[in-house]
Formats: sequence, C-alpha cells, structure tokens
Amino acid sequence: METLINDFSPGLFVVQTILLLGLIFLLVKFAWKPILTSLNEREEGIQGALEAADKARKEMQNLQADNDKLLKEARAEREAMLKEAREIKEKMIADSKEQAQIEGDKLLKQAQAAIESEKKAAVADIKNQVAALSVEIAEKVLKEQLSNKDKQLKLVEDMLGDVKLN
Amino acid sequence: MKEVSRSFRTFLLLFTLCFSIQGFASSDPEGEVEGAVSSKEEVDAYIQHHIKDSHDFHLFSYTNSEGERKHVGFPLPVIIWSSNGLVTFMSSEFHHDDAGHVIVEKGGAKFTKIHSKIYELEAGASEVKFDETHHATNAHKVLDFSITKSVMGILLVGLFMLWAFSSLAKQYKSKKVPTGFGRVLEPLVIYVRDEIAKPNIGEKKYRQFTGYLLTVFFFIWILNLLGLTPFGFNVTGQLAVTAALAIFTLVIYTFSGNKDYWMHMLWMPGVPVLIRPVLAIIELAGAFLIKPFSLLVRLFANISAGHIVVMSLIAIMFTLKDSLGVAGATGLSLVLSFFITLIEVLVAFLQAYIFTMLSALFIGMAVAEHDHDHEHDSLGHDVPDAEDVRENFI
Repeated sequence: METLINDFSPGLFVVQTILLLGLIFLLVKFAWKPILTSLNEREEGIQGALEAADKARKEMQNLQADNDKLLKEARAEREAMLKEAREIKEKMIADSKEQAQIEGDKLLKQAQAAIESEKKAAVADIKNQVAALSVEIAEKVLKEQLSNKDKQLKLVEDMLGDVKLN
Repeated sequence: MKEVSRSFRTFLLLFTLCFSIQGFASSDPEGEVEGAVSSKEEVDAYIQHHIKDSHDFHLFSYTNSEGERKHVGFPLPVIIWSSNGLVTFMSSEFHHDDAGHVIVEKGGAKFTKIHSKIYELEAGASEVKFDETHHATNAHKVLDFSITKSVMGILLVGLFMLWAFSSLAKQYKSKKVPTGFGRVLEPLVIYVRDEIAKPNIGEKKYRQFTGYLLTVFFFIWILNLLGLTPFGFNVTGQLAVTAALAIFTLVIYTFSGNKDYWMHMLWMPGVPVLIRPVLAIIELAGAFLIKPFSLLVRLFANISAGHIVVMSLIAIMFTLKDSLGVAGATGLSLVLSFFITLIEVLVAFLQAYIFTMLSALFIGMAVAEHDHDHEHDSLGHDVPDAEDVRENFI
C-alpha cells in the first residue's frame, strides 16, 4: 500500500486530467457529435427506406390482388358471355326450328285446305257436270222413251206400282 | 502538393528521431554500467522499474565492445515545480541514473532521480543521504509535470484518436458508409453506443454521455494495446491515470444525478426512519469512495498484473536457463508468454469494456427516472415495465 501511494504521481494525475479533458472536448466537438449525428441520420434513413419498401411491397400486393380480381372477373364475364351466346344460339336454333315447324304446318294446312277446297270445287264441278250430263242423258233418254204415248203410260204405271209396293 | 509536404514532414520527424536517438546514445559515456539483466533479483528490479513511469523513452540497452553500457532511446522533457518555481530540462541530464547518484543543478536547486521520481535536494546538500529503509532523508519530492513516457503515450493516443475519429467524422460529409479505416472504426463506435451507453443509461439520456464513454473506451483500449507492444508503455497501469479516469466518471455521475438519485442516497424512501442515516452513510461511501476506487483499482491492477506476468514469463529465459538449458528455457518462455500475451490482448479489450460499462452503469443509476405512480394491477402490485426492469437491474 505504501509503495502504491509512493508510486502515485500527482503531477501525472494533473497532466492526465488536463489532457483527458482536452481530448474529451476535442473529440466530442470534432468527432463524436458529427459521427453520432450521421449514424442516427443514416439509421433513420435506413428505417425510412425499409418502411417505404414495405409499403411499396404491400401496394404491389394490393395491385396484384386487384389484378387477380380483375382477371377473375374478366374470365367470369367471358365465361358468362360465352354461355349466353351458346344459349342464344341454341334458343335461336330452337326458335327457328319451331318457326319452321309452324310455318311448315301452316303451309301444309293451307295446302291441305287448298287441296280440300279444290277437291270440293272439283267434286262440285264433277257433280254439276255429272248432273248436267245425267240431265242431258236423262233428257235424251226421256226424249227417246217418251216419244210415244204407250211407253209414257207404262212408265207411269210402273212407277205407281212401285209406290204401292213401298 | 499535399503529398509532398506530408512526406517531407514524415522525413523530418524520422530525421529528428534518429538524430536524437543517436545523440542520446552517445551522450552517455559515464552512464552507470548495470550490465545485462540475468539474476532473479535483477529481473525483479527490472520489472518493478518497468511498470513505473519513466522520464526517458528507453528502447533497449546493450554493452559495446569496450564494455560500455549503451542505452538506445531518446530523452523526454522534464518539467517540475520546485521550491524556486518552474524548472525544465531534458531527462538526458540524469544519464539514466535512477538511484540518486547524478545531481542536476537547474534554476538554483539540485535535483536527482530515485526510482523514477524526481527529488529536490534540500539547500546546502550536495548528495542524497538515505536512511536504512532506503528513503532519502535530505531530499523531498517535487510536483512533476514532465512529459514522461506515460504522458507521451497519452499524447500519442490522443493525437491518434483525434486523427482517426475526426477523419471518420469527415467521411460522413461526403458518403453514407465510410470506407477504409473508418469502416473498422464505425462498428466499434456503434458497439459502444448500442451495447454500453444505450442499455445502461437508457434510450432517452444516453446521447449526452456517449461522447465521454466513447473517449474513455477508446483511450483505455488503445493504451492497453499499446502497453503490449515492445515500446513498453504502461499508461493504464499508472495509478494516477486510472485515478483521473475514475474521478472523471465520479464527477460526471455526481453532477448529472437527479433528485431521485440524491433522495435515494441521502434519505432512502421506504425504509424505517432510524435506518435512513445509516443507509445514507453507506450510500455516500459507495458513491464517493467505493465506486471510483473499484474503477481505478480494477484497471490499474489488471494492466499492471498483465505486464508483470508477461515480463516474468519472458524472464523464464534467464531464470530457468540452468535447470532447463538454453533451448528449453527459451522455448518454454516463448510458448507461455505467447499465450499470456494473447490473453492480454483480450484483457486489454475487456478492461476497457468493463471500465466504460461500469461508468455507464453508474451514470445510468444517477440519471434513472423513478416514476412513483406506477400502474397497479388489481392486487395493488406494481406492473413492471421495461424501464423498471432496467432500474431494478442496475
């Protein structure tokens, strides 16, 4: 202990105190202050940049999601449109088929009706002609047969006889 | 142009250095012939001498062919406050004498050097008289402000730090990330800030103390490392130096202590009134004696011990020469001192770290905010937050 106290040099203590004080002062002024300030600034800058990058990434993700949504929607729309088109096509086909059927039926009916009426007309005509012919024939026959009185009387008698029989 | 002036300056410096070494070596014809250090006692004395401060910068000694002992190194200025005022001369005037044989007469007073301390002889005395315990009876110590080897080390390290860190600071003006040597220094600065200052002082107040902590950390670390070089600086192993460092810390935490700090020291809340004065005495002793004393002794003892151990292991070369042979003793000494030196490199960092860490801790205790209206949970217990945990820890 005594040697320790003996070794203690007050002069060195004073010199060290002054030098250290100067060193602290100079270093704080010319080194530590600018260094720490720059370090803080840089760290804040890095922090800011990281946050910005994070934000950008999130935005990107949002955009991506939006894009995906849009794409999905577009796909769904296309799908729907295709489906609709198909339906329309089918409907059109069906409709036209039906229309054709109806038209055909109508035509057929008209044709049938025309045929019928033609037939009727033809039949009526034939009937008239037949009737006219028959009347003519009958006239000729009658003319022939009733050319004499006897035959006329006989006929009346026959007819009367038929009536009685009935 | 800048390059030219720089190399010219370097040349001038080297020239001056060589010249002064030469001059110093040759100016010592009647120097005390101590001979080579070989015996155990001589080794002991040499180590004791080494860990003390020295008034000249001594590199090595050799004995020339005429049997003269030559010392290579250069002298340093001696600046002392004697009874006749300030006296200055070069340390070469003592001619390497360290036992009070050479008397230097300057400024009307006679001076001599005994065990690295400069004594002023009392008026009328022409040589030093010693009592049986080898204490000078007719001389007294003087206040010695000399540029000793330690002061030179401090100056060199100070200049180095100023250069290194101000150039690092300058780099930030032009770029965000420093290059070259600054890239080595920057992580160290960040380390001290993030691992020492911030956790011990707290996020809010660390900034104003970081300058001191950084200075002290690098100062101690570089000086510790310098002590491991063959130049043999032993600055952080000087009590005066570590005492000055410890007192800086003491002054800082005493003057930055807040109301709570003094309150807890002088009139501890939450304990019976009768115990409070006793606690105050203990707290005061702790703050003003034990804390700085532990700081100064820890650093001094660790570094001195390191120097003594390394030198003792090197001395195995001579002391065990007889029992192990030259090769054996040299090999053993080399291996052991190599590993101890490696450990010393670690210790150099560790002691700088511990000193700075404890300084930060003491400052942190003095500036810690104790908020007394804590949040309470349903049972009335304090809800600890991070700041409380830190306070409890320190």
